[in-house]
Amino acid sequence: MNRRKFLKQSLAGSFTLGVALQGKTLIARTVQSITESLEEDWSPNIFLSLASDGTLSIIAHRSEMGTGITTTLPMVLADEMEADWERVVVVQGDADSRYGDQNTDGSRSVRQFYKRMRQVGALAKHMLIEAAAKQWDVPVSECIASNHMVVHTKSKRRFLEFGELAVHAAKVEAPTPSTLPLKEASERKYVGKDIPIRSIDAILNGSAQFGMDVRLPDMQFAVIARCPVLGGTATKWDEAAALAVPGVTKIVKVPFATAPYEFNALGGIAVIADNTWAAIQGREKLNVQWEEGAHASFDSDKHHQELLDSATKPGKVVRKNGELTDGPPKGGQRITASYQCPHLAHASMETPCATARITEDSAEIWMTTQAAQGAQGRIAEALGLSPVRVTVHITLLGGGFGRKSKPDFGVEAALLAREVGAPIQVVWTREDDIQHDYYHAASAMHFEANLDAQGKPTSWLQRSAFTPIGYTFNPAAKQGGAGEMGQGFTDIAYELDNLQVESCDANSHLRIGWLRSVCNIFHAFGVGCFTDELAAAAKADPMLYLLERIGFPRNVDLDAMGVSYGNYGSSLEESPIDTGRLRRVIFKAALMSNWQEEYPLLPQKDGIRRGLGISVHRSFLGYVANVVEVAVSKDGALSIPNVYVAVDCGLAIHPDRIKAQMEGAVVFGTSLARWGEITGKDGRVVQSNFHDYRVARNSDAPASIEVAIIENEELPTGVGEIGVPPFAPALLNAIFAATGKRIRSLPLKNHDLGSSD
Amino acid sequence: MHIVKLSVNGETRELPDLDPETPLLWVLRDHLGKTGTRFGCGKGLCGACTIHVDGAPARACITPASVADGKKITTIEGLEGRVADALRAAWSAGNVPQCGFCQGGQLMSAEHQLRTSPAASKQARDGAMEGNICRCGTYTRIRSAMDQASAGLGGEK
Repeated sequence: MNRRKFLKQSLAGSFTLGVALQGKTLIARTVQSITESLEEDWSPNIFLSLASDGTLSIIAHRSEMGTGITTTLPMVLADEMEADWERVVVVQGDADSRYGDQNTDGSRSVRQFYKRMRQVGALAKHMLIEAAAKQWDVPVSECIASNHMVVHTKSKRRFLEFGELAVHAAKVEAPTPSTLPLKEASERKYVGKDIPIRSIDAILNGSAQFGMDVRLPDMQFAVIARCPVLGGTATKWDEAAALAVPGVTKIVKVPFATAPYEFNALGGIAVIADNTWAAIQGREKLNVQWEEGAHASFDSDKHHQELLDSATKPGKVVRKNGELTDGPPKGGQRITASYQCPHLAHASMETPCATARITEDSAEIWMTTQAAQGAQGRIAEALGLSPVRVTVHITLLGGGFGRKSKPDFGVEAALLAREVGAPIQVVWTREDDIQHDYYHAASAMHFEANLDAQGKPTSWLQRSAFTPIGYTFNPAAKQGGAGEMGQGFTDIAYELDNLQVESCDANSHLRIGWLRSVCNIFHAFGVGCFTDELAAAAKADPMLYLLERIGFPRNVDLDAMGVSYGNYGSSLEESPIDTGRLRRVIFKAALMSNWQEEYPLLPQKDGIRRGLGISVHRSFLGYVANVVEVAVSKDGALSIPNVYVAVDCGLAIHPDRIKAQMEGAVVFGTSLARWGEITGKDGRVVQSNFHDYRVARNSDAPASIEVAIIENEELPTGVGEIGVPPFAPALLNAIFAATGKRIRSLPLKNHDLGSSD
Repeated sequence: MHIVKLSVNGETRELPDLDPETPLLWVLRDHLGKTGTRFGCGKGLCGACTIHVDGAPARACITPASVADGKKITTIEGLEGRVADALRAAWSAGNVPQCGFCQGGQLMSAEHQLRTSPAASKQARDGAMEGNICRCGTYTRIRSAMDQASAGLGGEK
């Protein structure tokens, strides 16, 4: 069935098992009871469609940016349904609230939809079995579904293909999905198997359609000159010069946004042309004069100092256990340290891009978006339309990392398409992307610990100051809420009798947004490196010291402590902070790296100093430990021969994609730890492209990344983000082990790792 | 004005209204609809737009159309042959791509390397991929897939 027909079907009315009869007639069926039985607005009956030839179309309602989610979730459905994957066609869903949440970030896809996809599959299977039993006039209990057919088990002779049953199944009364039994672990067919990702052939032959590949009749291309300082406006520009560039057709002013910036179009001077190159050339000629506004004084050197000053002063107490003490017990020591991380840009390979076609009372958008429903809402608002009049098609995403959760570029395309009266594709150049991002927070953390004579902390204070995401929505926001502080800071899982966690103020001068792993990046860095510092002060093995801090296997009950904690939207009852799982990934990574044999006496060879570092982090309900091995030459050249990753993400639905995400996270971590830095000078972002916002290249990536998945039957979690946080601290701890150099600010490019001897 | 004439994947195309200084990237994408050649940086820094001009790799984003006038251009859509087949098979077997955006450019670089230097060392092979950024971080798999394809073609594993 082609996509258009399928969509027409699903929009015509919700149905469980729509079928194509004689290739023409469509039977649609509403199953109201299913929708009503679920707590949220979610309609399982629009997720699949079975044609009479047996072709099963399954909607992938989340966005594909490389995690494999548009393979994984349909695979879960097919498994539960006993469908044959060879006969499944995955169809990318448009923005549609009936799918439930489509916002593909926060590592939520698997968490939110694993069970639901199973329920949809179980429902479809149930209806097919009932239909077959009715055909044969036998009890349902004598029938099973297996490999795309229903079999009468008693006779073992009778069977009907799913396709043959489609029309009959559509007439079966649909039960409430939660009443249906789900498969036992032993009955799994695809879950736990490495199914090839759905777009691989198209990716390898160049036909895959990303946002930038959308082509419509009569479409025009636009690039926008945006103010280099956040909140500034244009006072003068040379329209004639830009129009003189062959191919440029129009210059349009997009209204300038004021704070709060939210997901609004930033505004600027748009150059419209009949090809992208002409638009880029036209923009060069605009010679815009800017009124820069309040953020023109933004300077990263000052800003970093400001953050550090804030973190070294008392802040708002967000967690308190026991009482801090001023000095260490007799024979002990007091250790203090501060850590700093800069702003980061997402720099996904495909820059933001959206294509819009507008009529008087409707809009159609093609977008490389992680947030199709958010885009739909924002575009509807900008155009003064009802959201149901705005269709948002999700293309493949050339990376996302959180940037494409923000639909500002879709709003730009919609506004321009309306103004120009033709379909418009807004293209962000790499410079636009690096200089007008929703940046990962800049941060400073401060730690003070008293150790007793045995090296055990008797008092532990930790403070965090970072530019909060809330700033993007409220210019007065100076601190992250429980959600951001709860990303690796208030939820520190150490056994500490006297602990205080504080949140401190930070001023923001850029749009702040979430980037893969969000605040876990710097919090894991601070906590992971400080723990290693304490281990060194205590003259202990860092791995054993880390295990001692985590203590015995238990659930860290933040609720009982009265701590405000989001737990990534899950309850602590359902998804506890389980230190046993933290311990397990540490053990595993240590074992993989041969830690106990190797640490700390890695032999030096030819002046190359080697070292192992370890770190562990729980985020997005998953647990990951890293052991990183570094080699540092005399002149400070760093290489990473080995990285060992142990991950516990609950039930491993697609082991190969879990491994791929862990490998990618290590490379992403390499980029941010070694070179990742966005700085401001005179209010402007200094970096502009891959020459000065460097990301890891082939030779920079670790020579070997070994990933082990802890096998268990815990609730499956998403894996897009959990791999990133422990990498940077493990890397820096390894550098300390190799060189004795304690580096407390990222990125590494600002530090000399060379040895003087 | 001189009319630029390009042979793209074996098909000859004349571009009468084209500014000959237009980078091939935009000629391919916006004028000829060959969108498999991707825009990643516009400065020859990331390799997402890698194509072959007369068999040699070029960054389409910084290669003016005039440079390729009368020459043979191969894009990922037209990449064929024994080496390309071996590479695609190895890329598939290793489940290399994540988002996939850069992979066309990666394959264009890899194909040139294995086609022109089949006996090159593993180090040289990896070195040939240095210009192609993958932000998803598929490098370790790219290297393994190159090794596998190379071994299949009789080169060093």
